[in-house]
Amino acid sequence: MKKYREILLDPIFNNNPIALQILGICSALAVTSKLETALVMAIAVTLVTAFSNFFVSLVRNHIASSIRILVEMTIIASLVIIADQLIKAYAYDVSKQLSVYVGLIITNCIVMGRAEAFALQNKPVVSFLDGIGNGIGYSFILIVVGFIRELIGSGKLLGFSILPLTNEGGWFVSNGLFLMPPSAFFLIGLIIWAIRTYKPDQVEEG
Amino acid sequence: MLEHYLSLFIKSIFIENMALAFFLGMCTFMAISKRVDSAIGLGIAVVVVQAVTMPVNNLIYNGILKEGSLAWAGLENVDLTFLGLLTYIGVIAAMVQILEMTLDRYVPKLYNTLGIFLPLITVNCAILGGSLLMVERNYTFPESVVFGFGSGIGFALAVIALAGIREKMKYSNVPTGLRGLGITFITVGLMAIAFMLFSGIQL
Repeated sequence: MKKYREILLDPIFNNNPIALQILGICSALAVTSKLETALVMAIAVTLVTAFSNFFVSLVRNHIASSIRILVEMTIIASLVIIADQLIKAYAYDVSKQLSVYVGLIITNCIVMGRAEAFALQNKPVVSFLDGIGNGIGYSFILIVVGFIRELIGSGKLLGFSILPLTNEGGWFVSNGLFLMPPSAFFLIGLIIWAIRTYKPDQVEEG
Repeated sequence: MLEHYLSLFIKSIFIENMALAFFLGMCTFMAISKRVDSAIGLGIAVVVVQAVTMPVNNLIYNGILKEGSLAWAGLENVDLTFLGLLTYIGVIAAMVQILEMTLDRYVPKLYNTLGIFLPLITVNCAILGGSLLMVERNYTFPESVVFGFGSGIGFALAVIALAGIREKMKYSNVPTGLRGLGITFITVGLMAIAFMLFSGIQL
């Protein structure tokens, strides 16, 4: 039981996919200018990672290693098409804003990286939990970055005004830099700094 | 005519740099930029994969997937564009697997340096994103060759530049918690702001 809990919770702080394993950064930059898109993306990636880990682990003993990438990609691509259709059906406005980035979940290295590094060696249920855990670790960073960027960049959260802007008669001057992708780099860099100050054993040498 | 291809080439390297203007392929970009020599290896691998997959995907799109392209077989109204995503990723995965086997056989040293990141080129968004852009902009076959080659070189240029900066950074005194990945993110952020100045150039 303890082992399962470790697999599920480890990726949030101890082994975060973005902050430590360097996986899945592209979408973290592009979809985080608003909290809403970040949330939808986080849920989609968590589910796709979990189920792709599960299915890859199910067939792991039946695929030759020379064609494993093709098999993994087919599984992941099918899951992403399902996720894409579901988002289009139930959250059409958000799917318009996410545009190509739902399709690019296929190329999100978290999904492929966990399939290669974990699911190929482990049993289905454990792999499923590993997928959920890594998805949550990814979501954590995505939501924090989305929260800060939307709040400072446009003074809103989930589309509701929190800090009244000066051009609407309030006091808050929005910072346009936070709506541009490079700001996500700075924020993620600072989050990594915070996590590593809290957990000094993650500090890299050199 | 030559001028057109040349400006497309320059544009795909600098103005539409895959890594620093579109933020595609970031995972490999961050992970394999600790040393210049392995960055050069990755850069070459990306140029090769990009330059091969893009024309192949272009042929598949124009010859099979596009609406009306199957008219020669008597299927005028068949539109297979919805299969695009799956097809491109299939072509990319197959190319990467071939490259992996070739490198393992002939250049084992480079193969070992790239490690898990060679299979991860499959999921390098720069490759898939490049193919999607190529389709979106309706590039012809020669244009797709130029664009594939140029965008590969642009990515290689960015990753080698970052590796150079990171090698120099070994001599600077970075705060403990920021060492390694943290300062790399901030460096890339600054590089991206610098590359934003190219976006005003018209070719």
